[in-house]
Amino acid sequence: MNASAVSPVAVDELKSIAKRMRAHIVRMVYAAQSGHPGGSLSAVELGVALFWNHLRCDPARPDWPERDRFILSKGHATPFYYSLLAERGYFSTDLLSSFRTLGGVLQGHPSMGSAPGIEMSGGSLGQGLSFAIGQAVAGRMDSRDYRCWVLMGDGELNEGQVWEAAMAVPHFGLGEQIVALVDRNGLQNDGFADKIMRTHPVEMWRGFGWKVIECDGHDMAAIDQALSEAERSDARPRCVVAHTVKGKGVSFMENNPGFHGKAPTAEQLEQALREIEAGL
Amino acid sequence: MTPRAAATREAYPVALLELVEQGVDVFAIDADLSVSTMGHQFGEKHPGRWMTVGVAEQDMVGIAAGLAAAGKTAFIASFAVFLPGRCFDQLRTSVAQPRGGLNVKCVGSHGGVTVGEDGMSAQAIEDIALATSLIPFDVVVPADFEEARQAIVAVGRTSRPAYVRTGRPKVPGLYEDSYKFEIGKASLLREGRDVTLMACGVLVAPALEAAELLANEGISARVLNVATIKPLDQHAVLAAARETGAVVTAEEHQTHGGLGSAVARLLAETLPVPMAFVGVDRYGTSGKWDELLDYFDLTPARIAQAARDAIARKR
Repeated sequence: MNASAVSPVAVDELKSIAKRMRAHIVRMVYAAQSGHPGGSLSAVELGVALFWNHLRCDPARPDWPERDRFILSKGHATPFYYSLLAERGYFSTDLLSSFRTLGGVLQGHPSMGSAPGIEMSGGSLGQGLSFAIGQAVAGRMDSRDYRCWVLMGDGELNEGQVWEAAMAVPHFGLGEQIVALVDRNGLQNDGFADKIMRTHPVEMWRGFGWKVIECDGHDMAAIDQALSEAERSDARPRCVVAHTVKGKGVSFMENNPGFHGKAPTAEQLEQALREIEAGL
Repeated sequence: MTPRAAATREAYPVALLELVEQGVDVFAIDADLSVSTMGHQFGEKHPGRWMTVGVAEQDMVGIAAGLAAAGKTAFIASFAVFLPGRCFDQLRTSVAQPRGGLNVKCVGSHGGVTVGEDGMSAQAIEDIALATSLIPFDVVVPADFEEARQAIVAVGRTSRPAYVRTGRPKVPGLYEDSYKFEIGKASLLREGRDVTLMACGVLVAPALEAAELLANEGISARVLNVATIKPLDQHAVLAAARETGAVVTAEEHQTHGGLGSAVARLLAETLPVPMAFVGVDRYGTSGKWDELLDYFDLTPARIAQAARDAIARKR
């Protein structure tokens, strides 16, 4: 480890960052009148705890070869991703207003290299874990000890490629280089995940040879602890299943499949910002 | 050295070894077909630069993209029906789109109908169409061992994504090792004035035979091996159209989306001349590879007939 190693930030500070991110998320989707607020709001605490207290990174050097890689596999969660990168200092929060606009660098789904910190292109689900395997194999060849953190949605676990990769990570002994993160918000595009296609994330990851660490995905201290556990060596690769609420922090978006990929109205935006400020 | 008769797929491990010797940071992946793609021969020499991921082509493409993003020259190999067929979306999203195209080279072996006995599901007649539709990809269909070896080395030395189709059967050698393959350059195999036969891959040899048949009737046919479908050798294709006034394309692929389509598009925009297309327009059946060439009418006689048809339409 070196100068850019992680120095932990207190939970209260993390909570205020999460609050700012939620405001960015609803503002971005409102401004663009499109985008995915539900699965962005559910991932906020997970992203903040990771980026401030666990991810080895240096926003001033986004291409630093020793950096940990954060790979957003659930690529539609760009309001989450871009506001996270901006709050962490990869680029100015001013850039967030260009989200989904013609000529703006922040496309609806992530485009690798379009802005600092974007590690992989996304938008077609299920591809992040495989990409991480490639990064990890290259890291091993080059004697670099960076880790790849891959964030997936629970609906995304329907994709077969996830399981091709889930099989390969323990097979190739990449558990020290790859951590899987599942945002288990229970909803997917068409509705409740248990109705659309029931997956059993905990049992499935275990069955594929992973150690599963469950946590409350909105309790900053609990996430912090889960990520620390994921960093501890084990014979198995680690998958953190964070139990979350889709649309978390905005009453009318919470657990509402209608806000998977829909923008709020002006009145709804005002209400959302009030609720976020009050810390619902 | 006389041209080497061999299957074009045999060139794959030879070219990979050459690239490593040249200092290229290669990592190659197979998906449980490494004996057939011959990737395992490379793996035996460089176990730290090769892996097989099981029957998981989608995963293979994603892993290659990650390797390329970390600075490696990633090669992946499978049958042409699976690569690009099985993992087209992964090639599009994880390879073609990021940063204008990541450094991933796809080698689809057992291309076309000459895969033989395995039947229609194994016969790739769409791979060129799929690969050429990926914007930053170079697409090459070599005609013999020597050209395949050089083509794989050549794509390995660029930083662009590429697709190279190789074949299963042993085919006659066309080129000596003095031949110099270049991406985007067609190779003139026979001069001619009345028509140009443009072929790639396994159909280059029948095109040469067709030119011989035509010569017996007093028709002078130029033969161009257009190994690079993309980027197309515009100079050679336009010169052929201008100087011979008629063009026949021949490929072991559908006539939609392959060499014929690429040539037709260029000529339609720039220099329209009568054209005829020899290719495959139906799904196949089992049979020996040479029997299948007859079955699909991918023969010197058919190419010669297409040439007569095109010439008859000259104004």
